[in-house]
Amino acid sequence: MADKKAIRDAYGEVLAKLGEENDNIIALEADVGSSSKSILFGKKYPDRYFNVGIAEANMAAMAAGFAAAGKIPFVNTFAAFMVLRAGDPVRSLIAYTNLNVKLAGTYAGLSDSYDGASHHAIADIAFMRALPNMTVISVADAVETELATRAAAAFEGPVYLRLSRAEVPIIFNKENYHFEIGKGVLLTQGDDVTIAATGYMVQKAVEAAERLKANGVRARVVNMHTIKPIDRELLIRCARETGAVVTVEEHNIYGGLGSAAAEVLSKEYPVPMEVVGIEDTFTESGDYEQLLKKYGLSVENIMHSVKKIMKRKRS
Amino acid sequence: MSIKMERKQYLEDLCKHFRIALIELLHQIQTGHPGGSLSATEMITTLYFEKMNIDPENAKWEERDRFVLGKGHAAPMLYLALAEKGFFPKEDMATLRQLNSHLQGHPCAKKTCGVELSTGPLGLGLPAALGMALAAKLDQKDYFTYVLIGDGESQEGIIWEAAMSAAKFKVDNMIAILDDNGVQLDGTTDEIMPMGDIAAKWKSFGWHVMTINGHNIEEISDAIDGAKTVKGVPTIIIAKTVKGKGISFMEGKNTWHGKPIGDAECTQALAELGGALNG
Repeated sequence: MADKKAIRDAYGEVLAKLGEENDNIIALEADVGSSSKSILFGKKYPDRYFNVGIAEANMAAMAAGFAAAGKIPFVNTFAAFMVLRAGDPVRSLIAYTNLNVKLAGTYAGLSDSYDGASHHAIADIAFMRALPNMTVISVADAVETELATRAAAAFEGPVYLRLSRAEVPIIFNKENYHFEIGKGVLLTQGDDVTIAATGYMVQKAVEAAERLKANGVRARVVNMHTIKPIDRELLIRCARETGAVVTVEEHNIYGGLGSAAAEVLSKEYPVPMEVVGIEDTFTESGDYEQLLKKYGLSVENIMHSVKKIMKRKRS
Repeated sequence: MSIKMERKQYLEDLCKHFRIALIELLHQIQTGHPGGSLSATEMITTLYFEKMNIDPENAKWEERDRFVLGKGHAAPMLYLALAEKGFFPKEDMATLRQLNSHLQGHPCAKKTCGVELSTGPLGLGLPAALGMALAAKLDQKDYFTYVLIGDGESQEGIIWEAAMSAAKFKVDNMIAILDDNGVQLDGTTDEIMPMGDIAAKWKSFGWHVMTINGHNIEEISDAIDGAKTVKGVPTIIIAKTVKGKGISFMEGKNTWHGKPIGDAECTQALAELGGALNG
């Protein structure tokens, strides 16, 4: 059994390290620092840590000012509120002016499971992806969290980092995992179908591919950690080489990874596609894994979608 | 430390010049917001031509003072000041709001040299200015950040979020100016959303509050000098102004928030201001 580590812990630790490496990095928080783990930065660098209270829009607008004056601000709140509360300054100040602000949306998807649909973020990718200049990254485990956060800090321009509350098995080896913004990662070889997954669903896609072997299906798994800019070349190559693509994401089926992949493939290399995600419905409170299962984000449902697409591919 | 008489006269003449240029321009392009530009004329002019430490030849100079136009619809007056200052050619003014122009309907920092921050959606300028001021403190730089907000704009909740934050973080290197013209798009502020005792509101949020006549150059100048000496708390200058100031039929009228100027109206307005610039 692989070691587990919470994505939020990995984020908080690397943010604190980045603070040590670069004086220009500052962090803003809207009273969820103990949850987002930005508090790890705040304890080490209190002078560069601005907890603005429960005022997410104000926080994002302040970050824009910091960035306009040369700082690299990390903005911290729940993903749901990064979009719904801070959405105006995120669009009108940060994206519009292409400011160097990093938006760390934690508790994304259903990961804040017991708090219910009000706190689940299932439209954040759609919103962020539709903003010109915005880069959108969704991380799969603690190793990728560290590398993605470092890459975001080094990148010039606004980045939305989609983070999770969840404790996740470590699937990547820090010593040899190469993370590059905009480049998907091939995880499992296969020629029958491609499973393109992002975030927490990557590990489930890997497991589905493993179990599909028993059915004689050789599924290729790719980790699409960057949803914008999407790795067009990789998607087209996978479509050409496997003839079918299943996307998997912890997000509404509208506007997320599935949409991004379909936008590329429908134009460049149309193949049968299935989009696994939340079926345009509000979710509810409950145990995280049970919730994921109920809303179609299970290994079984990925396998089911693969079997469906294999039939379409043959017909 | 009052402003010298000749400087005061120079700035007043400049304001008159800007008002005439504004009317001619908005009449010519038949779009844009006259009312809120006219109430802010003296404040923008005093900042750019008397107070702010800026260099058009080196627009991104790190030590420069910053100005953020919270009430972004007063963009035409800001652009007139920037052009006069030399950030871009005055001929560009005719392209305001037109296709391929760098002069957008609301200020865009990506397009216009001298614009520090993109504004327009109301309320975002004050918190962003606060971020700039805090960055200056971290960098131990002496520049001031000025932000001009509207009274209608102050109905946005984020203004009060930023007001709390500025007090908490003891921001004394940012000076907010409230263009208190009493009128918004749909009517007077009293009709649409009464602001009550605005000075008391800001005081209760922990700010140092000064109240002046926002069309009096001397009072603006003194207030800014005074605000710079206040330590440990943020300062707001509540500037009592008249929307549409200087043009009798526009003064205090919400209908002139963003209405195109007709030919006869343009003629009358220019006559009241003392004549057209080019003839």
